[in-house]
Amino acid sequence: MSNTLTITLHVWRQKNAQDPGGFVEYSAKDISTEMSFLEMLDVVNENLIHKGEEPITFDHDCREGICGQCGLVINGRPHGPRERTTTCQLHMRSFRDGDDIVIEPFRAKAFPVIKDLMVDRSAFDRIISAGGFISVPTGCAPDGNAIPVPKENADLAMDAAACIGCAACVAACPNASAMLFMAAKISQLALLPQGQPERYTRVRDMLTQMDAEAFGTCTNHGECEAACPKSIKLENIARMNRDFIKASLTYRPDTGLGGGA
Amino acid sequence: MELNACIPDGPLEQKWEKHQFDLKLVNPNNKRNYRILIVGSGLAGGAAAASLAELGYDVACFCYQDSPRRAHSIAAQGGINAAKNYRNDSDSIFRLFYDTVKGGDFRAREANVYRLAQVSNNIIDQCVAQGVPFAREYGGLLDNRSFGGAQVSRTFYARGQTGQQLLLGAYQALERQIGLGQVKMYTRHEMQELILVDGVAKGIVTRDLVTGEIQSHVGDAVILATGGYGNVMYLATYAKGCNTSAIWRAYKKGAAFGNPCYTQIHPTCIPVTGDHQSKLTLMSESLRNDGRIWVPAKHGDQRAPDQIPENERDYYLERKYPSYGNLAPRDISSRAAKQVCDDGRGVGGTGLGVYLDFADATKRLGARKIEERYGNLFEMYERITGEDPYKVPMRIYPATHYTMGGLWVDYNLMSTIPGLFVMGEANFSDHGANRLGASALMQGLADGYFVIPYTLGGYLAGIKPSARPKVDHPSVKEAEESVKARVSRFLSIGGKETPTHFHRELGKILWEYCGMARNEAGLKKALQLIPELREEFWKNLRIPGSGAEVNQTLELAGRVADFMELGELMCLDALERRESCGGHFREEWQTPDGEAVRDDEHFCHVAAWEYTGDGKTPTRHVEPLSFENTHLAVRSYK
Repeated sequence: MSNTLTITLHVWRQKNAQDPGGFVEYSAKDISTEMSFLEMLDVVNENLIHKGEEPITFDHDCREGICGQCGLVINGRPHGPRERTTTCQLHMRSFRDGDDIVIEPFRAKAFPVIKDLMVDRSAFDRIISAGGFISVPTGCAPDGNAIPVPKENADLAMDAAACIGCAACVAACPNASAMLFMAAKISQLALLPQGQPERYTRVRDMLTQMDAEAFGTCTNHGECEAACPKSIKLENIARMNRDFIKASLTYRPDTGLGGGA
Repeated sequence: MELNACIPDGPLEQKWEKHQFDLKLVNPNNKRNYRILIVGSGLAGGAAAASLAELGYDVACFCYQDSPRRAHSIAAQGGINAAKNYRNDSDSIFRLFYDTVKGGDFRAREANVYRLAQVSNNIIDQCVAQGVPFAREYGGLLDNRSFGGAQVSRTFYARGQTGQQLLLGAYQALERQIGLGQVKMYTRHEMQELILVDGVAKGIVTRDLVTGEIQSHVGDAVILATGGYGNVMYLATYAKGCNTSAIWRAYKKGAAFGNPCYTQIHPTCIPVTGDHQSKLTLMSESLRNDGRIWVPAKHGDQRAPDQIPENERDYYLERKYPSYGNLAPRDISSRAAKQVCDDGRGVGGTGLGVYLDFADATKRLGARKIEERYGNLFEMYERITGEDPYKVPMRIYPATHYTMGGLWVDYNLMSTIPGLFVMGEANFSDHGANRLGASALMQGLADGYFVIPYTLGGYLAGIKPSARPKVDHPSVKEAEESVKARVSRFLSIGGKETPTHFHRELGKILWEYCGMARNEAGLKKALQLIPELREEFWKNLRIPGSGAEVNQTLELAGRVADFMELGELMCLDALERRESCGGHFREEWQTPDGEAVRDDEHFCHVAAWEYTGDGKTPTRHVEPLSFENTHLAVRSYK
């Protein structure tokens, strides 16, 4: 049932990448518990514009938990208090009247702040660009049923493929590691017969790019899995590590290939 | 303005193959000398950018999001149709073609729809090879499910995230080409203007959404794949950023706008809860495979759903459409929901809702099977409403979901501006007056993977790459200056109200008068209200901050300004189409039991609108439609 809340927000405001930034306090009144968290911020922003102040900049788009564009650290947790929930799917019924809410951007060296709560996550695109694909030009594919995939593998691949690239895993990790994001894609493709030809070059190329992007390394904290809105599992990192070891042992510097044996 | 659809001669089944052969080719070594500008990176834009780059063209791709992976194609849940006939249930290319033409209420071009059905099978093959994790049977082969408007199971799916998986397939193909240097990707860039040189599309002007820089990009062809314009209604299932600006700028430069009044109101969305609502969320049509839709039989029955006995429930879709039942097409299901709610039998706090009930299916299949099929959708419903659909029936209500209208294109997907191509939801081409479920993904990918790579070559073979203008060409500078002037105008109004305020008001007008049901008096009223609101907008808008930085209020203002003009054209088109067809329901044209009545004698045509200047009534052109391979019949799902 609908109730209204009054809450105090402590929002990170930062004019641009050069600005040191800091917290600013806002009061949000008459907030319906039916509102989404972003709708609550909309209300705050409408009031700021009416007062002639600049609204809070934050990324969002689909508002149904699938595009991965939204992402705020809410009271210290990426995407806030509810498990398996993106910021846009978080609703105000998860909060109580009189609450203080601290809102920050996803923080990582690889994700510079653009403005306020908006960060630059283009490093993720560059990791995919380095190898997160199957090289199959349009038009040359065999019949869909010519490549049977055991249901169990298809299901596991789908579990991994559910990643929305929001970067909560990086924001949650004490090392700001991108391992869970990368492992999800590597696992998906390694579990499918279509992904086998490039399996080992893929893992090498993507890891090389990750290192170039100033992400940290994985030291098995497991914070990424806890923060993931799509339940991507740590076992994907184990699967990736096995592939990486095999790829490293069989790497042939003369051809850039390896691991096929 | 001349509307030549360029439909090839010959029998329906041979048109596309013959046309592919007839199209001129570009020499492989010459392809790199042609620069192609693609706006949008969804299924159509992403697939085209990857495919054209693979062919060797010099491609630049633009999106407003922070990554091409976020385009709203990603939100499509249920599936993608293809005529594989893997179920052995009598499907065929012709049946998919027939169902799509009939589903569109005989307002689409036969030749386009047939080509769509033909390439549907190639799409599945391509996506499987990319590693899209489609649902599988235990034997390892592809699974299918049923969707509205069809009596065969031809829908391929990846849980409730089919759009996401297909988009990521296209995105990965695109990223591969970006890595190879074949595509230059511009994220967080929004198209602001189309550049014409001597009436031919030669470039675009963009605004960098991070720095505010206004930039011109020139090319040999421009492709718009910018999606639909349903956000004109403010509340819709679209992503918040979806907008009409790219196609509206093109319209104002001379591209005809086809059937702007054809909007799809999807029957199964989560109902509105209050004025704070910023968007509506779809619950996939696939839920209607197992869910049963009902309302109380009695007016004002306030009992909890489990307290209402079976014989006091009205399963109105099953009652009215026994052969299709809960899988009746979207336009028909939405109107039926509106009718029972208008009749005072709606459920929930606002009375604008109907039940979608899984109790029977859970008894028949077990909760585990239901969770396997729809688990993520049930979870999404719970997140938004705070109710558990495993225990109480979902409450749903129709919401704006898709626009069948869009820029008019010929068989080659070229608009009335030479060199300007339009794909996916942004064009008007394949769905007529109503789109069937699981056909949007099919059309986006068909256009991007399997149509534009052929037809674009046919256009480029006729022009020299050296014909591309320089960035200091007077036409380029003029377009750029007009964009800068518009930004300055927004920032200098200094009024009191936010762009969201005006957007919400516009949406109320359109939903009321140009939504699920329309009539002459209402449309005339809207045509009076919209210009008044637009005048107020340009007088009383307030945008804090500057144009030389991230300014989301400014971005929104630009989009709302274009919606303000588009809304008027939609109402005008709806007023002039004096018949009911598909998603366009005119109350004056209905049977006694509320079914749509078409007027084939006067309206069996596409309406293509030509811009004639601000404040002037646009000109309505007509492309006649002929049905030689289907029977132009009253559409019945009874």
